Amino acid sequence: MFPAPFEYVAPSTLDQAIRLLQQYGADARLLAGGQSLIPMMRFRLANPKVLIDLNRIPGLDFLEEDRGVLRIGAMVRHRAMERTPLIQQRYPLLADTARVIADPIVRNRGTVGGSIAHADPAGDWGAALLAAKAEVVITGPKGRRMGQRTLPLEDFFTGPFMTALQPGEIVTEIRVPAPGPREAGAYLKIERKVGDFAVVAVGVQIALDADGVCRKAGIGLCAVGPTSLRAREAEEWLIGKRPDESVIARAGELAAEASQPTSDTRGPAEYKRDMVRVLTVRALRKALERIPMA
Amino acid sequence: MPARKGKRATAAPRRTAARKAVEAVQPAARQRIRVTVNGHPYEADVEARTLLVYFLRDTLGLTGTHVGCDTTSCGACTVLLNGEAVKSCTLFAVQADEAEILTVEGLAKDGELHPLQKAFWEDHGLQCGFCTPGMLMTAYAFLMENPHPSEEEIRVAISGNLCRCTGYMNIVKAIQHAAQEMAAR
Amino acid sequence: MATTGQAHVVLGHPVRRKEDLRFIQGRGRYLDDIVLPRMAYMALVRSPYAHARIRSIRTDAAKAVPGVLAVITGEDLEELGLAWMPTLAGDKQMVLAVGKVLFQYQEVAAVVAESREAAVDGAQAVEVDYEPLPVVVDPFKALEPDAPILREDREQKTNHIWHWEVGDREATEEALHRSEVVIREHIKFQRVHPAPLEPCGCIADFDRVTGRLTLYVTSQAPHAYRTLLALVTKLPEHMIRVISPDIGGGFGNKVAVYPGYVCAIVASMMLGRPVKWVETRTENLTSTSFARDYHMTVELGATREGKVTALRVKTLADHGAFDASANPSRFPAGLFSICTGSYDFPVAFAEVDAVYTNKAPGGISYRCSFRVTEASYLIERAMDILADELGMDPAELRRRNFIPPEKFPYRSALGWTYDSGNYVAALDRALELIGYPELRREQEERRRRGELMGIGISSYTEIVGAGPSHTFDIAGLKMFDSCEIRVHPNEF
Repeated sequence: MFPAPFEYVAPSTLDQAIRLLQQYGADARLLAGGQSLIPMMRFRLANPKVLIDLNRIPGLDFLEEDRGVLRIGAMVRHRAMERTPLIQQRYPLLADTARVIADPIVRNRGTVGGSIAHADPAGDWGAALLAAKAEVVITGPKGRRMGQRTLPLEDFFTGPFMTALQPGEIVTEIRVPAPGPREAGAYLKIERKVGDFAVVAVGVQIALDADGVCRKAGIGLCAVGPTSLRAREAEEWLIGKRPDESVIARAGELAAEASQPTSDTRGPAEYKRDMVRVLTVRALRKALERIPMA
Repeated sequence: MPARKGKRATAAPRRTAARKAVEAVQPAARQRIRVTVNGHPYEADVEARTLLVYFLRDTLGLTGTHVGCDTTSCGACTVLLNGEAVKSCTLFAVQADEAEILTVEGLAKDGELHPLQKAFWEDHGLQCGFCTPGMLMTAYAFLMENPHPSEEEIRVAISGNLCRCTGYMNIVKAIQHAAQEMAAR
Repeated sequence: MATTGQAHVVLGHPVRRKEDLRFIQGRGRYLDDIVLPRMAYMALVRSPYAHARIRSIRTDAAKAVPGVLAVITGEDLEELGLAWMPTLAGDKQMVLAVGKVLFQYQEVAAVVAESREAAVDGAQAVEVDYEPLPVVVDPFKALEPDAPILREDREQKTNHIWHWEVGDREATEEALHRSEVVIREHIKFQRVHPAPLEPCGCIADFDRVTGRLTLYVTSQAPHAYRTLLALVTKLPEHMIRVISPDIGGGFGNKVAVYPGYVCAIVASMMLGRPVKWVETRTENLTSTSFARDYHMTVELGATREGKVTALRVKTLADHGAFDASANPSRFPAGLFSICTGSYDFPVAFAEVDAVYTNKAPGGISYRCSFRVTEASYLIERAMDILADELGMDPAELRRRNFIPPEKFPYRSALGWTYDSGNYVAALDRALELIGYPELRREQEERRRRGELMGIGISSYTEIVGAGPSHTFDIAGLKMFDSCEIRVHPNEF
């Protein structure tokens, strides 16, 4: 298949990109890694008249920890998340996630920002970054100067493939709170084969106090709802408790209750719901194993 | 930090520059691109929607790069773009403007097969040959960054490339074999 | 160039393949690599419905798309007498839908254009008005009295295609009745798709001056193609040249003649230009040859000591919208009657009923599409179930029932002659090589620990290749080395 004809433009500054977005409105689409958009264009499920390529804008692929916040530039590739020592050492949840997105070649191109803005309920970053309590930095036109706003990721996803982005706005950064002491995470995914979307995936982030009591918990669910989901009840259940096997088991049940799977070629809803439970339990175990207790 | 730079862009001379730049970036249905493929410079006028793989195959006649699917799954179209493996069916040719591309046709140097090519031949790492160019390019990029891979690492590295004939056993063996050959050099 | 092994010694030595030298350098020549002067490109419009009546097809908008040269519909083909083509199984198949569509992704119209992209643009612009009809995808439901009749073109107003049976019905019934143990199981062998990495495609090049047709095509069976294309196009065989370039995998998927090829030929004849058609992966997976799709019920009788007494098999075969499998003409269910396997059954009976459903036509797939795979799976599964029922080691059960060496040449209850063999010796050797008793001990230990470990045993007696020549042909083509002189008088 071949995309419908379109006009291509590769601005070299964010400012230009935003102006182009304003100018062409709903006719325009942003091109980041293109690993979802281009297949959709090939199937003519997406038919933008103007394609604005963000790949030539320098400075959108920073990846650094700054005053307690991990700043992920929107154009950071999955590959960088997989390979950067900072992520591998301090953010196992994110490193786990990067390793299971699509396949290694796709990961060379696909971007974190593009994936979030695409808002596929089966996208891995959505669930992982919900668990990480991430925020999205959105840059757009406002008044006479560049406007920026920040939204919790949870509020950013408004429906399947739908986001809170307003006309002329671009996701420019994702911010993740840096881990405190005794904090770790994990991401587990069931997929039929490499490169496929998740049947179910679960991301968790958990922090303990010095006595081994849970002081912070994040659980994100992938491919089991109209958007990536946060399992709030399960998170709240964990807080204030010592996460032993029975506590974790209950968290798994609560996460399963929070999921809204549908039956499809990847499995019946009942199976997926149970896999949410199983993966939540296993991911919590794995995250806890990663927490060095003195 | 891009946001801060944005703030400063209110200065008058910069605004003029920015306006000029906006005028310079007009969307176009066709674009002239320059690429270097296997060391040779090419210049061509391409439709914006032309996928890189069809540019290589139809415009440049480099038919070694294959198309096996329409969902970025099979990896038969894998080439190196500025040293990194990409699926050339999921990239527009216009995006490759000014890029260095390496395809399977560029692996052999001065009539001498690359160790990977020799190993695939020697170890029966192919049957119908359709996935082979993509496999070779993926393996090439992979061995550049990991010259001493374990079997497990090889299997992960080629997990975005499908082969329907071999069951992968001999492909993995060939890549191991090539890695040893290259290390011995 | 170094050679592996000694010169002239092939057996027992790895041999480097001659074709690899071009494949590893990107110098293979697959179908889509071939470019002919003035070549046009074709794309197909396919049905989004599995069963629908076509109210109308509007092609004006498609014809107005820049670069589009022609749009062909089923009606156009009907005028040329080409709307239907024969299948390898003696049925006929729509080239482009006429009146209605019978499976999702069925070919509805062909668009020819100056470029690949323009052909797809044109295909997108063809407007088809469908009236969706009730869909039948379950072969059992296809036989129910109130099931919609799918093939209105046939005289018989039923979805039943054919019935085939072999063996002794009464004697088998009686033997089962007398058997001390009878196991019964429904076994479904799902559809499989061969999915070669290279999709199917062709370049049809009809020369108006000489009247010759050259077809470059991803074909595993170029000779069969020539015969079938002669039947379809009415060109004599010697005016048709079929070229199979390098093939990116076939696995049976590239045996059948697909509607796209016929459309490309028609387009080339219409335009007097070569026309290339290469399907997408999606098209390959949705519309080209599938295989299997057998719903089998097996009954196996035995003594308590584990000696088999009778085998009865009833099968419903889901052939999709058109019967397009490639079985020898005299055996519509292929070699399914090999289902007594390697075992000495005194009596057996097998019957197969084929039905139409709203699915892509069944066809050919790897590991023998002559239904040997289905038959082997059936009997081996049944033997395992019997072993389980009797509490007997599955290897021992097989040992007790293999055709004994002294019985060769052996005539099976379903009519095949097995020329030679010593199955018990082969089994014992295999068990020895793999260390069977140790594996069983390991299995027991693991099970005690709550772990699962499976050990599978299977034997396979196959009629190799194209089978006994005296019984085998497809559409008049003998499947062994032979020479045949055929006369096709041209019509004047």
